[in-house]
Formats: sequence, structure tokens, C-alpha cells
Amino acid sequence: MSVVAMLFFIVVLLFALLAAAALLTWVERRLLAWWQDRYGPNRAGPFGILQAFADVIKILLKEDWIPPLADKPVFVIAPAIVAVTMLLGFAIVPLAPGLVIADLNVALLFFFAMTGLSVYSVTFAGWASNNNYSLLGSLRTAAQMISYEVFMLLSLVGVVILAGSFRLTDIVDAQRGMWFFVPQFVGLVVFFLAAIAETHRLPFDLPEAEHELVAGYHTEYSGMKFGLFFLGEYLGMMLSSAMIVTLFFGGWLGPPFLPPIVWFLLKTAFFVCLYLLLRAALPRPRYDQLMGYAWKFLLPVALLNIVVTGAIVVATRSPAEVGS
Amino acid sequence: MPEIESFTVNFGPQHPAAHGVLRLVLEMEGEVIHKADPHVGLLHRATEKLAETKPYNQSIGYMDRLDYVSMMCNEHGYVLAIEKLLGIKPPIRAQYIRVMFDEITRILNHLMWLGAHAMDIGAMTVFLYCFREREDLMDVYEAVSGTRMHATYYRPGGVYRDLPDKMPQYEPSPYRSAKELEELNEARSGSVLDFIEHFADRFPARIDEYETLLTDNRIWKQRTVNIGVVSPERAMQLGFSGPMLRGSGVVWDLRKHQPYEVYDQLDFDIPVGKNGDCYDRYLVRVEELRQSTRIIKQCVEWLKKNPGPVMIDDRKIAPPRRIEMKDDMESLIHHFKLFTEGYSVPEGEVYAAVEAPKGEFGVYLISDGANKPYRVKVRAPGFPHLAAMNEMVKGHMLADVVAVIGTQDIVFGEIDR
Amino acid sequence: MLANYLPILIFVIVAAGLGVVLLGIGFVLGRGQKDQEKLSAYECGFEAFEDTRNRFDVRYYLVAILFILFDLELAFFVPWAVSLDAVGLFGIGAMGVFLALLVVGFIYEWKKGALEWD
Repeated sequence: MSVVAMLFFIVVLLFALLAAAALLTWVERRLLAWWQDRYGPNRAGPFGILQAFADVIKILLKEDWIPPLADKPVFVIAPAIVAVTMLLGFAIVPLAPGLVIADLNVALLFFFAMTGLSVYSVTFAGWASNNNYSLLGSLRTAAQMISYEVFMLLSLVGVVILAGSFRLTDIVDAQRGMWFFVPQFVGLVVFFLAAIAETHRLPFDLPEAEHELVAGYHTEYSGMKFGLFFLGEYLGMMLSSAMIVTLFFGGWLGPPFLPPIVWFLLKTAFFVCLYLLLRAALPRPRYDQLMGYAWKFLLPVALLNIVVTGAIVVATRSPAEVGS
Repeated sequence: MPEIESFTVNFGPQHPAAHGVLRLVLEMEGEVIHKADPHVGLLHRATEKLAETKPYNQSIGYMDRLDYVSMMCNEHGYVLAIEKLLGIKPPIRAQYIRVMFDEITRILNHLMWLGAHAMDIGAMTVFLYCFREREDLMDVYEAVSGTRMHATYYRPGGVYRDLPDKMPQYEPSPYRSAKELEELNEARSGSVLDFIEHFADRFPARIDEYETLLTDNRIWKQRTVNIGVVSPERAMQLGFSGPMLRGSGVVWDLRKHQPYEVYDQLDFDIPVGKNGDCYDRYLVRVEELRQSTRIIKQCVEWLKKNPGPVMIDDRKIAPPRRIEMKDDMESLIHHFKLFTEGYSVPEGEVYAAVEAPKGEFGVYLISDGANKPYRVKVRAPGFPHLAAMNEMVKGHMLADVVAVIGTQDIVFGEIDR
Repeated sequence: MLANYLPILIFVIVAAGLGVVLLGIGFVLGRGQKDQEKLSAYECGFEAFEDTRNRFDVRYYLVAILFILFDLELAFFVPWAVSLDAVGLFGIGAMGVFLALLVVGFIYEWKKGALEWD
């Protein structure tokens, strides 16, 4: 790809992502409303779809306020970090064969680098706000996100063993015979739970648990700065759904009556909806329960998964390969 | 040993889980609560003092605004106290209507509690399901009294008027299809009693719906079992009443133990808990929803068969019918006297209590023989519950404070008065 | 090799630019009135009791320490996983020993109560 073509692709992707995130707020509210036996936003435009744009305009016009006691530069940078890192995460997601911005050989590590960086955003936000609830929220977030990051990566080691590569296109290609959610079902479960905790969505939304910490680390945020946190959250939801699809559900693979990109988008949309359904269905655990669950249950399970997968792979591959 | 520093934080009043204007000063170490100090008074409106400045009937409306999610039960307590002083008893039909509306109010209150409690613990859908049913009951309130919340429907000597023959219907709207409208109005085609009966028939299935989302949910159990445990002895020492007391395993319900109105003729059970934790209190209240539905059904059945007066026939206390007032001089005078001066109540003091959804709601009334009470004292069930806050949350974590506030079913209207 | 990362570099620049632009739009459009009450930190409507930037609970640090341990461990897992075909049985054995040591440490910290919150 020439640089100009690439630039064009990047810009298109970014705007598509922003539009999708805005639309997702509307989808979420409509779906929740449907499950909860009520209407949801249905006034602006057909089916209320213009509500998403009305919200964007509203959020842009809100007062751009910085608390006087806050650490101003950090306070401003924090929301940008989460939005930018989550956008960057999409750089390595293969939408279809050849349709990827950077087909890195360490794509998975890049993904983890980006989710790891987004922890800074919440930590900075909570610290800079100079507010008890924000601080408590950011401490919780930092602890929760780094814990779950460990299991997120551990859960993927099995996939890497099976595919023998970190390159996402290779991983998708390796699933031509069988999608990895069959041999790596445990890995999928651990990854999905960790992904919910990473994006702090309900039921694991403790960092911003509104009934305990008001709004957690973004209590003091308003206007577009709050909007960027919101954007980051929805992008994170889409990114982790896209990763689940790529790593466990064969990415763009699917019967040939639909083009690959449509398969990819359909599968991703399914997992995004699963996120929303979880929000509608479950209460949230307490903070110590969440952390205990991570360290005492997910960690041993993920480790066991790696050992078993490794043993089976070594045992079943042809002897010529083993030890050669 | 380094000094252990605790971290003090204001929880409320501007807090999503403060249930109104609760202000808790929390001393925490990390997330663990060392001390919780509830502050009251932010919603003080001097209800008791205001009631001393007005004829008896004009304070009924204030009672609605005490515990603003169980409106008619508050009225009931106040009206019972006046009736006791006057030595009158309302007609039997009025008693059934009152009992029915007490139970409707109990359902309203428990639905609000269930929704808010579940919402506090993060289960969002239950809240909206509960409000779906509340909407119907609010419509019943509106049908009999003209307002959806602050009904002012009970009067000393009966109720304001008989149940209307027609249930108001939904209007067409551009956002509702004709089919939807028809479905919504189907239950509303008959009288108010038909509508209540219809509601009582379908409500148990709705309770099952809430229970599906919560009762066996592991996260819900993790959050409520063994949280805020109160032993039966301690519950009695602390002056608990209602579901808070029954959740601890004490069998005490004014409807059974000091029956008022027609509760002794109705068939219902009182659920009690075992462990006195948040989960047991949840189960008790959910079972009370079912029992209330049972009582409502019995009342509807009786009311359908037995028409009759709903107000005593004493023109010194109850106003005349409007049509009589228009062409009868004596009635006009009665009407004028009642609505300006009110009635005088014999000297004495009296305490009357009802089993409100939150517990024992009592009114202590002293009369010096004038047309206004000399003193009104309201016993709000929420006050002793809130006073036990520190004891219930000590050693638990921040998230449990929210669960305990929820389980206490705090409403500040009655606590601050 | 580095050419692979050119798209990433472009992406970083464009995305960061987007972030700045969004913040800028918010800054330009989001004008509000100054107000005495807005000058205070949010503390549920009352004055805060103490400064936020204080010492806080050590348990959060504990989680961070655990994280470093297990994240380092992952650094060994990751190359092992990719090259499992090459290292074969020996690799499985070596990782078994490594894991065994790690699990002993994990059990120790569990028993010590580092995973309990209170």
C-alpha cells in the first residue's frame, strides 16, 4: 500500500470507529429498553437514531470545566489517552484478508501494550481530579485492570500455542479447520471475563460503580473530556469483541455467501450485544469478590489450560516436528 | 506501630445511592468501614409542628409527604388516631377499601424498594420491571383520588369517595401502535375493581420474573448473604419493626398481633427470616408482595359483592354530599363549618399505629379539645433502622454500605419529617 | 522490518491528532459561567474532611506487586508458546519446572493471605 492509500484507509477507519461508537450508544439504549419492556430513545429521527448525534452535539456544547484544585495538564491528557490507545488497538485487527492497517508479527503483544497503556488514563484521571471518590475509583481501576490483564494474556497463550504465531492473520488462517473456541473454550471464557473487567462494563464496572463511587474516576469530568472517556469505553467494548472474534471465532472466516468483512462485522456485533445483555441481566459483585475471583479462580484455571494445551499439542503433533 | 490513619469521606447527600438526602460520614481504612455516622435533618419540614396549626383534616395531606413511597399507610395511621379520639368507626366497606389500599401501598413501596435495592447492587433491569408494575398501581391511586402520589384519600370516618366505576384509559399517541394501545387498555375497560383484580391475577407471575433475576443469582447472594446481620434480640433492642424485624426471625406484625380494620377477617401469612441478613430481608419482602396480592384479591372479592356507604353518616365529621349542599341550608352550614373550622375533638391523648410497609408507623396525638391537635408525634419506622446503620455496616466494605442502605428501605421524608 | 511499523506511526499521529481536535472542539464550544460552587471539589455537597492526596491503603500496592510477578512470568510464557514446536518435549518439561516453582510461590502467598481483602 502506498502511504497515501494507507492514510486514506486510516482516516476512513477512524471515522467509521467514531461513528460506530456514537451509534453504539443508541443501540445500547434501544436494546436495553427492549429487554426491559420500555421504549428507549424513540423521538429523534426514525427509531430515535438521531439521538446519537444529538448526544454528541450536547456533549460538545457542555461546559469544558477543570476543577480548580486539579492537576491541570494531567487532568486534560487523561481522557485523550484512553481514546487514543483504544483507537490504536484497532490498527492490528484484520477486518478481512489484506484489510488491516499493520499486519505485525507481534500483533497480540501490541494489543496488550495498548490495553496496558489505557490503565494510565484512569489512574491519571483519578489522581488529577483531587477528589476522594475519583481517587478510590482510580485505585480500584488500576488494581482491577492490571490483575485482569494477567489472565487476559494467560488465556491467550493456548491460542498462540495452537496457531504458533502472534500475527493475527496467521491465527485466523490457523482456524480454517476448526475455530479455536472449541479446543480453547476455557481460554475463551477467561478471556471474555477479563475483557469485561478490562473495559469495566457491568457486571465488573466497579471502578465507576455509580452507587458506590458516584462515577469513579470520571466524577469530575464533563463535556468533551467526559465524552472521550465514554468513547474509550465503547471503543474498548468493540475492540475486545473484535479480538474475541479474531482469536476464537475465526475472524473473517465463514460460509462464502457473504463477503469476509461482513462475517467479521456480524460476529463482532454479536459479541457487542452480548456485552449489553450482560449489563441488563447481572448485578455487580463486590470489589474483594471480584479480585478474589481473579486470583483464586481465573489464574489457576488459565495456568491449567496452558499446561493441558501444551501437552496435547506436543503429544499429537508428528514426532518429526517434536524435538527437531 | 505506625498510627493507623483512616480516611474520612462524605457519603451523600448528593450521592446516587443516598436514597434521597442521607448524609453518612464514613471513616474507612481502604475500603473497609470503621465507622458510619448518619446525619439527619436535611429534609426537615416541621410536619409535626405544621399539623398543630391546622384543623385535623387539613393535615392528612402532610402525612402523604412523610414516607412518600407509602402514602396511604401514613394517612391511615393519622386517621386511625383521630378516629380513636373521636370514638367513631368507619363503615365496613370503607374498612375494606382502606385495607385494600394499604396493601396496594405495600406493593408500591416494596416494588420501589426492590428496584432501588437491586439497582444499588447493579441489577438494572429489576428496577425498570418494578416501575412497570408501579405504573399500574399509580394509575389506581389516580383513579380514586386524582393524584398519583399524595392521595389524601382517607378521612376520619371513612374514605373520601367510593371506588369509581371507570378506569381511565390510555390516549392514542404517535409513538404507540393501535394494537399496543388496545392491549394496554384491555385491562382498563372495566371498573377500578376489575382493574385491581386483573392486576392481582397477573402480578404473581411478575414477582417470579424479579425472582428469576435475583433470588438464585450467585452474585446477588454474594452481595447480600451475611451482610448487615442483626440478631433477633438486638433487633428488638434497637426498636426495629416491619420487615427489618421479621427478617431477623421475630414474628411480629401489627396486622396479626393488634389487628385494625378488617385484617382479622382476612387470610394471610407473615413471612419471617432466619439469619437476619440482607438476603433474608429481601426474601421476606418479596414474600410480602405475594401475601399482599392475596389480601387484595380477598378485598376485591368482598367489595364486589357488598356495596354500601364509605363514610360515616355524621354531619359533624363528614361533609354532606355536594348535591345536598346545593339546596339544603343545614347542609350548607355543615359544609361551611367543616371546611373552615373543622371539627373539635374531645380532650385526651391516643396512640394509633399501623403496619406500614417499612414497619410500625405510629401517630401519637394529644388533643386539648380544640379543632387543632395540641401535639402530633409521628413514630417513623425508618428512624430506628437508620440509627442502627453504624452497627450494621461496621467491618464491612464500602459496597456493603450501599446494600445495607437498600435493605433498610430508607426514605428521608419520614425520618426527617 | 521497521517498515512494518510505518502504518502504526501514521496511525498514532492521526489518532493523537483526532484526540487533540476533539478536546479542542470541546474547549472552544464548551463555554460556561464561573460560579463559586463550581470551585469546590465534589464531595456529595459538603466540604471535604481532608486532602485527597494522602496515604492510602497498602492493599492496592500489593495487587501491583502481584501483577509484576505474574506479568514477568508471562514474559517467559509468550516466547515459549510460539516456539513450542521447536522446543518440544524438553520445552514442556522446562516449563513444568518453572510453573511448579511459580505455583509453590502462588500457594504460599494465598496461604499468607495476600489475596484476602480484609
